[in-house]
Amino acid sequence: MDFSYTILILLLPVALFFIIGLLGSKMNPKVSGMIGTSGLFIITLLSYVTAFNYFTHRTGEVFQSIEVFQFVWLPFTDRLVIHLGILLDPLSVMMLVVITTVSLMVHIYSLGYMKGEVGFARYYAFLSFFTFSMLGLVVATNIFQMYIFWELVGVSSYLLIGFYYERPSAVAAAKKAFIVTRFADLGFLIGILLLSFYTNTFDFIALTDLNGPAIAQSSGVVFLGMSVTTWAMLLIFMGGAGKSAMFPLHIWLPDAMEGPTPVSALIHAATMVVAGVYLVARLFPIYHFSAPGALEVIAYIGSFTSLFAAVIACTQLDIKRVLAYSTLSQIGYMMVALGVSGYGSEAGLGYMASLFHLFTHAFFKALLFLGAGSVIHAVHSNLMTEMGGLRKHMPITHITFLVACLTISGIPPLSGFFSKDEILVAAFEHHKLIFAVQWIVAGITAFYMFRLYFTIFWNSNPQYNHVPHESPPTMTIPLVILALASVFSGFVPFHDLVTSDGRALITEFHWIVAIPSVLVGMVGISFAAVLYYKKNSKPETVAKGLKAFYTMAYQKFYIDEVYLFVTHKVIFQFISRPIAWFDRHIVDGAMNLIGNTTVFFSGSIKKMQSGQMQEYIWYFTSGVLLLTLLIFYLN
Amino acid sequence: MNPLLFLLIIPLLTIVGIAMVNDLAKVRWVSAIGMSAQLLISFVLLYLFYQQRSSGNTDDMLFVSTATWYESFNIQLKFGVDGISISMILLTSIVTFSGMFVSWQVEFLRKEFFISLIILAGGVFGFFISLDLFTMFLFYEMAVIPMYLLIGIWGSGPKEYSAMKLTLMLMGGSALLLVGLLGIYFNSAPEGGKLTFDLTEIAKVHIPLSAQLFFFPFTFIGFGVLGALFPFHTWSPDGHASAPTAVSMLHAGVLMKLGGYGCFRVAMYLLPEAAHSLAWIFIILTTISVVYGAFGAIWQKDLKYINAYSSVSHCGLVLFALLMMNETATTGAILQMISHGLMTALFFALIGMIYGRTHTRMINEMGGLMKVIPFLSVVYVIAGLASLGLPGLSGFVAEMTIFVGSFQHTDTFHRVATILACSSIVITAVYILRVVGILLLGPIKNNHYLELQDAQWFEKLSGVTLVVSIAIIGMSPFWLSSLIREPLNQMINHLTN
Repeated sequence: MDFSYTILILLLPVALFFIIGLLGSKMNPKVSGMIGTSGLFIITLLSYVTAFNYFTHRTGEVFQSIEVFQFVWLPFTDRLVIHLGILLDPLSVMMLVVITTVSLMVHIYSLGYMKGEVGFARYYAFLSFFTFSMLGLVVATNIFQMYIFWELVGVSSYLLIGFYYERPSAVAAAKKAFIVTRFADLGFLIGILLLSFYTNTFDFIALTDLNGPAIAQSSGVVFLGMSVTTWAMLLIFMGGAGKSAMFPLHIWLPDAMEGPTPVSALIHAATMVVAGVYLVARLFPIYHFSAPGALEVIAYIGSFTSLFAAVIACTQLDIKRVLAYSTLSQIGYMMVALGVSGYGSEAGLGYMASLFHLFTHAFFKALLFLGAGSVIHAVHSNLMTEMGGLRKHMPITHITFLVACLTISGIPPLSGFFSKDEILVAAFEHHKLIFAVQWIVAGITAFYMFRLYFTIFWNSNPQYNHVPHESPPTMTIPLVILALASVFSGFVPFHDLVTSDGRALITEFHWIVAIPSVLVGMVGISFAAVLYYKKNSKPETVAKGLKAFYTMAYQKFYIDEVYLFVTHKVIFQFISRPIAWFDRHIVDGAMNLIGNTTVFFSGSIKKMQSGQMQEYIWYFTSGVLLLTLLIFYLN
Repeated sequence: MNPLLFLLIIPLLTIVGIAMVNDLAKVRWVSAIGMSAQLLISFVLLYLFYQQRSSGNTDDMLFVSTATWYESFNIQLKFGVDGISISMILLTSIVTFSGMFVSWQVEFLRKEFFISLIILAGGVFGFFISLDLFTMFLFYEMAVIPMYLLIGIWGSGPKEYSAMKLTLMLMGGSALLLVGLLGIYFNSAPEGGKLTFDLTEIAKVHIPLSAQLFFFPFTFIGFGVLGALFPFHTWSPDGHASAPTAVSMLHAGVLMKLGGYGCFRVAMYLLPEAAHSLAWIFIILTTISVVYGAFGAIWQKDLKYINAYSSVSHCGLVLFALLMMNETATTGAILQMISHGLMTALFFALIGMIYGRTHTRMINEMGGLMKVIPFLSVVYVIAGLASLGLPGLSGFVAEMTIFVGSFQHTDTFHRVATILACSSIVITAVYILRVVGILLLGPIKNNHYLELQDAQWFEKLSGVTLVVSIAIIGMSPFWLSSLIREPLNQMINHLTN
């Protein structure tokens, strides 16, 4: 099978970026939007063709990894060389489909949502750039190529969060997102340096080779009681945790909602934030065989984040922030699934479940965000307290949003049910405590999603300044398509396609997990219905009952304040400011001191040059006298 | 005729041309033509270099020509280039070219200004092609002295103080350097015979260890002062703040590179054993430079100070990588010199253009410039992204080569130093994004800014030249990296044996 056309999947978006970016200001905004969207449509088609060809042409029972092409970009040493290329395997092909699909939906949706905005062309240029970076990231053949695109994704996220650059809050959010993820990337970079130093390769195929340098011939060097591979993999995970906003590096994601809503759907819900999951999945054999300790850490961090974020989501009033915390929580699920997974055949259930959830989550979370965008577009507010009763005004948005809420709550037969169920089964078989936590989180998820749903679409009807109306077709069509994807993507035979070792695995249906998980979802929905179906005083009563805890959750457990303290107080006031002072007054002071001393001495000596003959004769004779005395003394 | 001589003849002819033209409006055209020719000749040189290599010429130095200058001290005019010097020449001609266009509107003593600027550039070209320590030193001084006039006459703010400080500190460095060079000279024939200043000849002899240990610090610090080695960097913030735009560009972009180049080619290459045993001291100092400069930049409010401290950090990384003494790290160091040269020249050019419009360099007095001068702002953002090491721009290539190279040392000392140096990528992001956020984004602070003009053609030309160079290196670094690497194998062998 010849896959050489896949290069177009990378070249087209970068071409779009340059065309729209350089010529956009001279074009009619509509034209640049159409160029971007139709270009992306072609890229999406190409990805589908790639996926179809790849998954229908397996050799034997195993899917092979195919390096379509690869060239030397920058050689470091004889063996450490950065290549750029395209790697096709089930994981990357699946990601191609997810990214292009969501990206295309967002492109179409934005034609309506961003209509009339200043910087419409710039918006589409950035979207193309993001799509390019994200696609480059998932098809990377080696870890350094991944790092390159990883950084590019980071900067496109920065540019898009800060799209409304005249708003100080957007600028601050963009900066925060970039710096927090940059800090995490420092860990990633050091991890890469460590791993590559001991394995002498960047290449994914060599790294994940079971008989290769990272696994079978692992160096065995130990540092502070842990193998150097474990250190490296933990550091690499730090990069992943930054992008995927795992606790305690999650603080940037809720703020990132300052960006335009379609951007939140694309970058901060469906694609970029799952890059961390992708990274762990990509290096999964190393984690499993050489760094099981690191994998355990991933499971705990994932589990904690999912609970922590779900609790916060119950208290937030900004609908985009609720969805942002929900994203954190769902990515936590994916991390848990990877953390509890084994390798090969049935043991690899967690791996498969994690990516399955990534797949379904991309659709339903993008749907939720785009639905929220449609609501915001109509109401001109992000606050759910200013919404209510919208089901009559916006029927399509209402129905699709309901579908998404049911999906994320794990109600069968929607896709979320299948993927979440697999994760719970994997957790159940591995670690009962983690299972219990994830089971409770499933209930909380259903609760906060339906809190959102009932408050927006039912509840009381506030006084709107002008009557909200349904969004234009450019916005509702993507909603409908994504709703269909959310309903049906659960039926994709994922366990045949994307597994830890490339072989199909057989999944059984576990009633013992499925029934409780559906039940807990129903309970969550019922609670939400009781509290929020109609306007009443019960929510306040509950909040008052849990006053201290409620306040803490509402204030996001004060993690932002801790960061603010560290950055503003410690780094700015206690490191940077003293250094600046030290440099001006001590280091430079010493230099000035040398200068001043010289000036002082020359000032004293220059008086001897008075021009008066008497004085010179006086110096001369006393000098001669002194010298004569000295000679006599020495003799 | 040796093509290298053109690099000296063209500036000379340009100076004569400027002196002869009476019409002040034509002065800048004469200089522009001269510097364009210089840029062209640099690329021709690169072409000829490749041609020689592909025809099988494997000499260490190409286009070597020698002329005796002062027989009794055995001083020669000896020129020659390898991949490293060629890349530095390319850098110099690009920066000079765009510096020329940035100065398009200098009104005061225009003739003298351009002449001084070209003398400075000529000194730098001479330095990079010299293979004789004495001539090298001569050209070095030739580049430093016009700086005094350029800052003292055409500068701003406390220009006399800054000019004096900069010149005196660099002269202090020169004094140390002179001791070092003479030390090398007098030990260049330990077994008797003729003393020599010839770099390639000295490399062949073994200078006694005691002499090496004594003279290495003189030479290294002497060049290091110019390369902003902590704690001898304080001339940089004041000097840059007062210097006119083109001078800041040439100074940070090119002149500071003389320091790194000299440290490697003279101090380390000629005194290898001392370099090995004393490297740890300088690794500590340069690691401090890298982190300290970056933290220092966070607190500054003046755009030029921010860039000056950022230069301390980035140039610290150059010396840091050189001291790692392996092929990869050294390649990274040279790449970093070029990358930093282009980047910082771009920054200073933009700062000059912004200052010319808003008449302030204090970031908190400005805001929302993206809205009013989008071209300059976008270029500023690109420069910032290059500076914080975004892939696809030159900074990333250089930094990654340095980090991977430094990481090849397995002992704890080097590892810790490398990780500390790596951490600068985060701090850099902090100060760059802080400036971008305050200066360019956000609401417009001052209503007068609504009337600002965006870049004029010569400003665009200057900015675009630098941006394109940064992007070319960033996107396809292979050719440059192999050009630099080509002489390194032999040089590093010499260093480590």
